[in-house]
Amino acid sequence: MIYLDYAATTPLDARVFAAMRPYFDETFGNPSSVHRYGQRAEAALEAARETLAHTLNCLPEEMLFTSGGSESDNLALRGVPLATRRPGAEILTSRAEHPAVGKTALDLAKNFGCAVRWLDVDEFGRVSPDTLEKAIGPQTALVSLMYANNEIGSINPIAELAAVARARGVPFHTDAVQAAAYLPLDVQALGVDLLSLGGHKFYGPKGIGALYVRKGTPLAPQITGGGQESGRRAGTSNIPLIVGLARALELTAAEREIRAAHVRPLRDHLIGQVLETIPDARLTGHPAERLPNHASFVFENVDGNFLLTLLDAAGFACSSGSACKTGNPEPSEVVSALGLPREWAFGSLRVTLGKDSTAPEVDSFLQTLPALVEKARSVTSDQ
Amino acid sequence: MSPKVVIAMSGGVDSSVAAFLLKKQGYDVTGMMLRLWSEPGKEDSNRCCTPDAVGQARRVAAKLDIPFYVIDAKEIFRQTVVSAFLDGYARGETPNPCLVCNRQIRWEFLLNHALALGAEFMATGHYVRKRVTADGRQELLRGIDPSKDQSYVLHVLTQEKLARALFPVGDYPKTEIRHLAEEAGLSVAKRPDSQDLCFLAGEDYRGFLQRHAPEILQPGEIVRRDGQVVGRHSGLPNYTIGQRKGLGIASAVALYVIEKDAAANRLIVGEADELGSRTLLAGHVHWTSGVTPQTPFRAEVKSRYTAQAAPAVVTPLGDGSQASVTFDSNQRDITPGQAAVFYDREVVLGGGIILKTF
Repeated sequence: MIYLDYAATTPLDARVFAAMRPYFDETFGNPSSVHRYGQRAEAALEAARETLAHTLNCLPEEMLFTSGGSESDNLALRGVPLATRRPGAEILTSRAEHPAVGKTALDLAKNFGCAVRWLDVDEFGRVSPDTLEKAIGPQTALVSLMYANNEIGSINPIAELAAVARARGVPFHTDAVQAAAYLPLDVQALGVDLLSLGGHKFYGPKGIGALYVRKGTPLAPQITGGGQESGRRAGTSNIPLIVGLARALELTAAEREIRAAHVRPLRDHLIGQVLETIPDARLTGHPAERLPNHASFVFENVDGNFLLTLLDAAGFACSSGSACKTGNPEPSEVVSALGLPREWAFGSLRVTLGKDSTAPEVDSFLQTLPALVEKARSVTSDQ
Repeated sequence: MSPKVVIAMSGGVDSSVAAFLLKKQGYDVTGMMLRLWSEPGKEDSNRCCTPDAVGQARRVAAKLDIPFYVIDAKEIFRQTVVSAFLDGYARGETPNPCLVCNRQIRWEFLLNHALALGAEFMATGHYVRKRVTADGRQELLRGIDPSKDQSYVLHVLTQEKLARALFPVGDYPKTEIRHLAEEAGLSVAKRPDSQDLCFLAGEDYRGFLQRHAPEILQPGEIVRRDGQVVGRHSGLPNYTIGQRKGLGIASAVALYVIEKDAAANRLIVGEADELGSRTLLAGHVHWTSGVTPQTPFRAEVKSRYTAQAAPAVVTPLGDGSQASVTFDSNQRDITPGQAAVFYDREVVLGGGIILKTF
């Protein structure tokens, strides 16, 4: 099997695993405990927090640990508008967001008296600062726009977008879960007030994430209990995973350029060859402003899920833009937001590379794909 | 390399054990499950593919360590099976959607996907058997367990499709299949066997028709054979041939539904001795061997899924796409829209859709 789905998840880096290991059994204490078991655990917790703060160029107390990207997004989206306690508080976001943002915004509108305004995206799924400028107003409680899109790889101009919000004094959140593996995370340079991370997208463990919250940003906790994370996220700190997250982010920051330089030429070759050898294929997402490991396409008259089935049977693990495993072919919100014709929108394919991807793997994929697209077309029902 | 086979899984015990048996026989097995159409708003309730059933099938596949994929067939199912169901009722028939599904969805759409995946065979958990004759002809046989035999709905298979088909459970009685499931540690839910149509999601078909084709539920007259009007009906699809109760007719003698006249929207009723017929005309006739018999022949004919096969003479008509069937004795409840399937003892010879009775 050849793994080409690094945007879905990545394998745990051996160095990360090694850093985590002692905290499962040797240093197992609860960081809230008074005794020295607790003290050692707390030291690890705070060291991890400092590592994150260093990478993001922020204060340690501005970093919260969560159970992952989805919880970070939920905490930001719920925590900020609910802390303002303003009825009809408006959230500005786009249809191209990850469901952890999109569905949360819908829930806030449906059940918590918030309003949601969906910003238009361009053909690459990006939001322009101009669009945000026109929509933002005194009623806006939070802007949430993703750094890089998980399905189509496009990168939003986050610094410019955040500047628009800052000028109005509106908190700005970005979901950087997909971006973190390859893009700079300096929150001062980006000018964001909240930023979500998930460990398993950059060779860290699953089940752990973080949320950056700029000092002074109002945030209502969504999990209450013990006073962990300065009372903003209760629950016994998961030390091994927190240590793993910090180590993974540290390695990613140190190796960011090397990793990007490794995947970018492979990715460019992949995109060029797919568009050249397969008829009726289009790239989705921005051709240049995209994650360096990310290639995504649509093929006319192809059931994207069946293409994934054929690829899996042929030994290639990829993913599509739609709600994959269920066999439900409805195009995702993101692909729908691009305004593609129906015959195209069902046939999405995402191929994402990682630090262990090789040129022979990509070549093998490129040799196999054209015939599989043809096969998938031969069984399409709405030809 | 061992031959590759795709098993059509439902999450139920039969297809799960079929997968287990294929694996044991040394095949390279891949599981596939169809996602079929349900009414808008009831997407999770198609009996054949609820999320529970998909989860069940996925667990079985994981246990057997075989790949498993869900194939979407919603749109094509709606276009073929559901529309044929509505059209059948519009013609005054009682359609059998499972026949259409087996012909066009399972053994066409899914088979094509299986072949595209590189499979040599496709298997299902149906209780039928297959045999290849000395001269290379594919024969479809009843399952060993007479109470479970499903050859009635699979009579639509052609030689080409039979050549690709495997039916691992047809050689076993149902009780043995349950034992095998336990032996293999397949904790499949003991779902009751159901004759309900999957896309009705446990509801009555009349409500479905009301929502999707209200125009075919027009009230009309109930008449005797001689044209005498004896009452009003609420829409032909609401009645079945042989029905006695619920007609709302005051009559000294018991009256039964004996025919539906869709053209005139009239329900024809008669006394017990008018009920039933010896002869039927079948259309869309398919001969399993691929060769149309040139002369009339004796066979056992099954005119409903649950009916006993009865001795009859089958006469191929014209180019063989129609046939008349004359039973040795009067048959009650022969219903246009259902299939008439011809057997030579355990071997399926062919069959067609009942157009009318005489």
